[in-house]
Amino acid sequence: MAGVVHVDALEKVFRVPEREAGLRASLRSLVNRQWREVRAVDGVSFDVEAGEVVGFLGPNGAGKTTTLKMLSGLLHPTGGGARVLGHVPWGREREYLRRMTLVMGNRNQLQWDLPALDSFELNRAIYRLPREPFRETRDELIELLDIGDLVRKPVRQLSLGERMKVEVVGSLLHLPQVLFLDEPTIGLDVTMQKRIRNFIAAYNERYGATVLLTSHYMADVEALCKRVIVIHHGKLLFDGRLEALADRFGAYKTIEAVLADGETISMQVPRNETSAATARLLAENEVHDLTVEDPPIEDVIEQVFAS
Amino acid sequence: MSVMNAQAGAVRSMVDFYLTGMRTQIQIGFQYRAATYMYTIGMLSEPVIYLVVWRTIADQHGGTLNGIGGGQIAAYYIVWTLVRTFNIVFTPFGWEWRIREGELSAQLLRPIHPVHYDMATFAGQKIPWLIMYAPLAVGLGFIFHPSLHPRPLEVVVFFVAIWGAYVIRSLNHFVLGMLTLFTTRATALFQIWFLTELLVSGRLVPLTFMPQWAQSIAAWLPFKWTFYFPIEALVGAMSTETLLTGLLWQCLWAAIGSALVFVTFRLSVRHYSAVGN
Repeated sequence: MAGVVHVDALEKVFRVPEREAGLRASLRSLVNRQWREVRAVDGVSFDVEAGEVVGFLGPNGAGKTTTLKMLSGLLHPTGGGARVLGHVPWGREREYLRRMTLVMGNRNQLQWDLPALDSFELNRAIYRLPREPFRETRDELIELLDIGDLVRKPVRQLSLGERMKVEVVGSLLHLPQVLFLDEPTIGLDVTMQKRIRNFIAAYNERYGATVLLTSHYMADVEALCKRVIVIHHGKLLFDGRLEALADRFGAYKTIEAVLADGETISMQVPRNETSAATARLLAENEVHDLTVEDPPIEDVIEQVFAS
Repeated sequence: MSVMNAQAGAVRSMVDFYLTGMRTQIQIGFQYRAATYMYTIGMLSEPVIYLVVWRTIADQHGGTLNGIGGGQIAAYYIVWTLVRTFNIVFTPFGWEWRIREGELSAQLLRPIHPVHYDMATFAGQKIPWLIMYAPLAVGLGFIFHPSLHPRPLEVVVFFVAIWGAYVIRSLNHFVLGMLTLFTTRATALFQIWFLTELLVSGRLVPLTFMPQWAQSIAAWLPFKWTFYFPIEALVGAMSTETLLTGLLWQCLWAAIGSALVFVTFRLSVRHYSAVGN
């Protein structure tokens, strides 16, 4: 049984012109233009079930945004297939577009010169939402993200973080069942990041929406995602629970011990030597307290990308 | 019955979208009153230059040119300004910006064809422009003494024709703009298009001033239906048959434009690389 999001060997190859710098290369390119194929997404497959919040991780250029753009119908794939909510995304059926949203951290769909409420009203007309339920949803989302005082100001007078909050609300007014969130907290301070995170969690819980989230902030991923999908160079590297990522890619563990004389010992040991190192520590010292921890998720991810 | 209800609902929703889109743009127009006014004044400079030139030439030829008097030339170019206010649409040159800034991506994610978005918003912009244009038109009338005596039917056809001109130009420019998705720098092509429009639309000069062969070419192109026909509907002495046939020609060009938008859109979105924000 396929999930709400079903991705099957999805591929996207971009053909980009390429030439050396300089006038000579420029003239040469007039008669002999060189092209290079960039395999942005290379046979990625996964399923996401209804109501899941999945972190979609990878370094810059890994193919995350390209995958999200294909799943939201912006890009046509070069190969493979996908279905979201039973629709082929790039078929761009209205019924599909009414049930999903793509939020990109640096995209602005709001009218710059008007208060956000006017943009919300335009969204109501675009999504053909009945007025009364629309008002209820709008007010509920505004309250949930506490932006009542922001939506009456012209958008151009909002800070980046304020605009992002308003943008997120604008993207959810039609109560999409699937959310593709591409770096929704990029450039925001920690307080604002937390607000957005809490809001996404609340929306997911309240409406049972399926969320596929990319973020370079591991705090976003840890707070929201039980499952992560990691891609690198367009290929899927890992698909599983967040903790399992550390088991598989965490090269070391951190052992911390508080000795009887109050001294604290901290050491990183290779993962496969953890038991032996712990036993040795306990045999050689009088230990009052002992903790063995996986490395921080940032370090694990770094390890994954380096591998 | 349920199919009819669904269709009626779809039409109601589309009307609601157009009215809301227009309201939004009216608000933006009034938000920047001074800028809108400057823009309107700037737009008038082009026809006023044409008017002064042709009026001067007419005066040097005993007051008429090709049988058209100075008052009629004034009427032509003053009505030109009103037609121009209506037939301004989203420029194809703006598509590069639209792609780079991610605006096209935002529009493609919405469950409505982007051409409707352009048409609704630019229709809304006409309202503040018209309000600001009215006193300027009166001023031009006092300066240039136009000779304008339309029949009621000509007035009615004119008001339909200026919207027809708007629709035809919107669709054509949308198709042109979409070429940007195939080639990053499509502006050279746009220049050829606009040059042709300038020459055979009645924008630079009334078509009756042009040689017969140029008028024959113009008859087979969409341009004259976006400038010359609406202007002449009010200013000229067209027969009822010519007026109504003109509206039918506008419908035909709107249908051709719609078909081209439909086909080109389907082809071009496959090429879209969403490289912007």
